[in-house]
Amino acid sequence: MSTAVEHHRFSATPVTEKSHRRQSAAKAFLGVSTALLLVPLAAIIGLLLTHGWSAITAEFLLDAPTAGMTAGGIYPAIIGTLWLIAVSLGVAAPIGIMAGIYLNEYAPDNWITRIINLAIVNLAGVPSIVHALFGVGAFVLFLGLGTNILSASLTLAVMTLPVIIASTKEALASVPLAFRHASWALGASRWQTIWNIVLPNSVSGILTGVILQVSRAAGETAPIMFTGAAFYLPFLPQSVQDQCMALSMHLFTVSTQVPNVPEAFPYATALVLLTLVITFNFLSISLRTYLRARRKW
Amino acid sequence: MTDTTSGTPQGQVSIARRISALAEPLIELLIRICGFSAIFFVFGIFFFVFSSGAEFMLHRLEFGEFLTSPEWYPTSVTNKRYGTLALMAGTLSVTSLAMFIAVPFGLGTAVFISEFCEGPFKEGLKITVEFLAAIPSVVWGFIGLAIMNPAIIKTFDAPIGLNVLNGGIILGLMSVPIIVSIGEDALKAVPDTYREASLALGATKWQTVYKVLFPAARSGLLAAVLLGVGRAIGETIAVLMATGHAVQIPSGPLDSVRTLTATIAAELGETAQGGDHYQALFAIGVLLFIFTFAVNLTADLLVRGIRNK
Repeated sequence: MSTAVEHHRFSATPVTEKSHRRQSAAKAFLGVSTALLLVPLAAIIGLLLTHGWSAITAEFLLDAPTAGMTAGGIYPAIIGTLWLIAVSLGVAAPIGIMAGIYLNEYAPDNWITRIINLAIVNLAGVPSIVHALFGVGAFVLFLGLGTNILSASLTLAVMTLPVIIASTKEALASVPLAFRHASWALGASRWQTIWNIVLPNSVSGILTGVILQVSRAAGETAPIMFTGAAFYLPFLPQSVQDQCMALSMHLFTVSTQVPNVPEAFPYATALVLLTLVITFNFLSISLRTYLRARRKW
Repeated sequence: MTDTTSGTPQGQVSIARRISALAEPLIELLIRICGFSAIFFVFGIFFFVFSSGAEFMLHRLEFGEFLTSPEWYPTSVTNKRYGTLALMAGTLSVTSLAMFIAVPFGLGTAVFISEFCEGPFKEGLKITVEFLAAIPSVVWGFIGLAIMNPAIIKTFDAPIGLNVLNGGIILGLMSVPIIVSIGEDALKAVPDTYREASLALGATKWQTVYKVLFPAARSGLLAAVLLGVGRAIGETIAVLMATGHAVQIPSGPLDSVRTLTATIAAELGETAQGGDHYQALFAIGVLLFIFTFAVNLTADLLVRGIRNK
């Protein structure tokens, strides 16, 4: 723009200069709006740390709530969340991975497959509270499982299934077709090829989706509210047929339902929940970044 | 494909091979069943949510009143009324405000990341947006309750800070990541030759963005916005905590409202199972299912439109 004086023959016309100014302005504007998005993320983490850090003690992490949840800690909620994660993962991972295998390795390109893909998009788009209603109608009442860890985890599993399916599909699709051709040419069947060639080359990619599912499942509140998470339980769950407390539910409870909670408690609970969720996300993202860098084909 | 042992003399077939010959059809059957699972679940969700409220919906619910009356008094002793207009107005007002924030920010960020950033900086921004998406809705709700509520009271001198404004800002921030990631995909799907042709004609990057990329990626960007809308309509816990509990048609952003989703979450625990009120909440669930289904279907058709082009 400023070179107009030195280079007479190629000097920018006023129109060009104007469009270049517009370009700079647009870029700056877009950059600022992107930067503004980072503010809430930083602010949330900062606020939770400043208000909640003081309450995070060994006692807070390892004791049960006492005095009507106005004292003590969140240990049962942490354990409950781990139960919900483990059971929902145990259900969602096999189904989701096999669904991903079907869609990438078996599914023909026809209208049925298009309907399956549409169903996955819709499953991901159904509101979490509708998943909760489904959980109540199907698992708690119809199957008669009652409100317990099993019902809550099944509800979470259905809800988080699309995450696992999508990342499994992506991981399998990144294995070059030539690998399969080589295996088939040696006489291996389709399943042998998947088991011996495709899965070993995509297992870490599938894992990123599984970890992401854990992160989603840990943070959800609505689907577990009516299917198995309890406001307060004086004991730890012993099996999937018990109810449990959960971090997300506990945060909801102490911030809306219980009077006279010390100010730092909900902040500290939110901090623990966020740390858990972000840790799993971080693991998933790091694994993905590492895999992309390492990929040889 | 499954008959791997054919042509081999029986005695020479290893046990492992026999097992695999037996197990393979089973595994493939299981894979096929799981492949169709998403269809079962979507139908299952509609079926169970509908059937749990069917008796009331088919016999005692007046659909005209359900859809057009603002009077939601399910616990009134003398005159129970099940009108969802005020709840829909709550959802609509919060969602509109959320989109007012999320669409410009989301699309702007998508353009910035996709067209103006490169290398590790681009990856870093994308990861940051993913972290924003990872924040659980109950944490957002808590932020609305503990941080935004007093801030709004102070700034606007409002009697209460749990209102459309609070919920709209929270929901807007929650919807941004999905708009960014789908919008970025849509821009990425535009062939580089379009960009090169435009730049070769002397257009600046920004001119290329709004004269070439926006028209070319139009349906994908619209799909991104629609998925953001779907996310905002369906969000439950955050709006339950941030919008106050007032069943009313809002007259301004500082009014408290209650959304469709929040109503189910707030009332399901207090109703008698199988009662009219309980079933009415499932009727709202059906309504939400239909709304989000329509939004997602439209978005999906738009995205498919790009792929076919």
